[in-house]
This record gives sequence, structure tokens and C-alpha cells, in this order.
Amino acid sequence: MVDDVKVIAEVPSFTVTLMVRRYDPEVSEEVKWVDYEVTVYGTDRVLDALHKIKWEIDGSLTFRRSCAHGVCGSDAMRINGRNRLACKTLIKDLDITQPIYVEPIKGLAVEKDLVVNMEPFYKAYRDINPFLIANDKPEKERLQSPEDRARFDDTTKCILCAACTTSCPVFWTDGQYFGPAAIVNAHRFIFDSRDEGAEVRLDILNDKEGVWRCRTTFNCTEACPRGIQVTKAIAEVKQAILKGRP
Amino acid sequence: MSLLSSGTLYRGKVGMWSWVLHRITGVAMFFFLLVHVLDTALVRVSPAAYDVVIASYKTPIIGLAELGLVAAVLYHGLNGLRITLIDFWSKGAKYQNQMFWVVMAVTVALFVGFAPGHIINVFS
Repeated sequence: MVDDVKVIAEVPSFTVTLMVRRYDPEVSEEVKWVDYEVTVYGTDRVLDALHKIKWEIDGSLTFRRSCAHGVCGSDAMRINGRNRLACKTLIKDLDITQPIYVEPIKGLAVEKDLVVNMEPFYKAYRDINPFLIANDKPEKERLQSPEDRARFDDTTKCILCAACTTSCPVFWTDGQYFGPAAIVNAHRFIFDSRDEGAEVRLDILNDKEGVWRCRTTFNCTEACPRGIQVTKAIAEVKQAILKGRP
Repeated sequence: MSLLSSGTLYRGKVGMWSWVLHRITGVAMFFFLLVHVLDTALVRVSPAAYDVVIASYKTPIIGLAELGLVAAVLYHGLNGLRITLIDFWSKGAKYQNQMFWVVMAVTVALFVGFAPGHIINVFS
């Protein structure tokens, strides 16, 4: 009986190889792939493996993470060629017979190891006025029907992790493009019945570097750790621009 | 390793590869049209030279290239309809994956219908 309990409580462990793309400009300008062998458990995520490397093998490994539970959006990185949150990717779901490739998200300048300069990404976000624009004084609640709220529900889920924007082939070659995340956050206000700034935002995005840069590759939709239908949201903003209203 | 040191290839899905193929076929068609406009314009310069150029097209290599051109036009045109539906049909984004495979199926079906007759033409 005691043995049975022990068997159930034991989480299977296995050894995996992580190939991490390392870059430290203070040591060398050279970018190199370094492999680490770690023993992990079936319940471990890629973030746990990175922690293990940092805490037990090489403390100089640098990456961002805050909440470690898929809410803060700090640890977006490219895992086996696809943008993922390290804290939401279970190692057992990957092909563990092969090394797991971990590299920084693409299209933003790498500062060190897996840390990139997020500023161009945040700038695009700020440029679409990501706040409520309303002329009347906030003296009472702004009421909204469940239907009106549902209109933009999907795009409220964004955590600004940049997985979508840095999965976009257009963004890789054209850093001026607003990118999916900024458009998603514009969508969140454009289709909000309480907001009065739709015209301004549509005007900002009706630009060569705005929604018309989108080539519908759906990489953003596939990369979003929150399951936001990003390409659909961009298409809706395109439609709104054509109609001249949300 | 030199390839890897510049980062791995992004492993996008159907959406990304359909876009890559759309680009390749689009650029290929542009170059065909460029040559086509130039050789057609040549008739105004010298009808004799025009005849020489057109005769040089009646070779098996150009014949096979024409097969490629037809494949490119079919894919590019049909995928263009898919992209239009993604932008203008409210369910377009939802069904983009299935629409891609429909595009491929129709492209292949039309190509298979066209190719045998063309190949017989080229090699007879």
C-alpha cells in the first residue's frame, strides 16, 4: 500500500539537452549555441530547465521572467523555432529525443542571451494611444451591454509579451511596422463602445506601416500564448478603416 | 553551424509557407511579364528580330518553363482569392488553413488537366 502511494507520487524524470543561443557583448561579439544537459521532471516547463541551468550550471545565463505563470509576458522566446512563453511550454510536450533549441525572439536587438530590447515594441504600443479616450467627465459608470463588451473581448487578453510581433516576417525585415501587438491593442479600444477615439486610431493605422503591412501569414495567431485571434483582429481593423468607422 | 548562429529558421505553419510561395510565384511572374513586354515591344523595333526571339521560345526548355509559369499563375491567383477572403469574409481567418488546402487541390487539379496536353505540344 505504501509502495503504491510512492509510485503515484513519483513524477517521472528524464534528461534533455537544451541548445541555448548565447550572446554577451561584454565578453565577445560572437553569438554561440551552447548545449546544456539537465535532468527535468514531467511537470517541468522550459523555464524550469532554464532556471536549473542558471542556478546549477552557469549563473551568467540571462533571460527575463517575472511571474513565471503566463500572466506577465516576460519570458517570450523562440523554442524549437516557434515563439512561446517558456513558462507555458511543458518540456514533455516537445520532442525530447532531440535537443531543445532556445533563442531570443526575432526582430528586436539582442542585449544579452535571451534578453532583447523591447523599446521599439513598446513604442508602437504607445503610438496607438492605448487608453480610453472619452470627452465627458467620468462622473458615473460608463455602461456597456454584454454584446458590446463581447465585441472586443478577445483583444483584451493581450499581455504584451511580443510573441506575435516578433513572429511576423514583415516585422523582421521592417522594424517600422506597427506589428500585431500594437494593432491588437488598438482593436481593443476601436471596438469599445465607450471609447471615442476610434477615428484617431484608425487614422494612425491607415498607414503604409500600419495594418496594410499585414500579409496574413498567421504566425502571430499561432504564436499568441493567450490564444488571441490576432490576424482576425487585424482584418477587422482593416475593414473598419475601409468603412471609416468600427 | 554557421546557419544556426544566425538563428534557426522560424517554424511557421501553413499561413507562413503559403505567403512564401505567394511571394516566390509573384516575383517569378513579374520577371516573366517583364520579358514578355520586352519581346512583344520588339515587334515595333524589328519584326525580323521579333521572329527570331519567338522562334527561340519554341524549345523544350522554354516549354517546361511554361509549365512552371502556369503552375505559378494558378497558385498565385487562387491563393490571392484566399487572401481576399481572409480580409473580407468574417470567417476567412478561421478557415484560412482549410482554404489553403482547397487552393492546393484546385491548383493541382487544374495543372494536371493542363500539363499532358502541353507536354505533348512541346515535344511534338
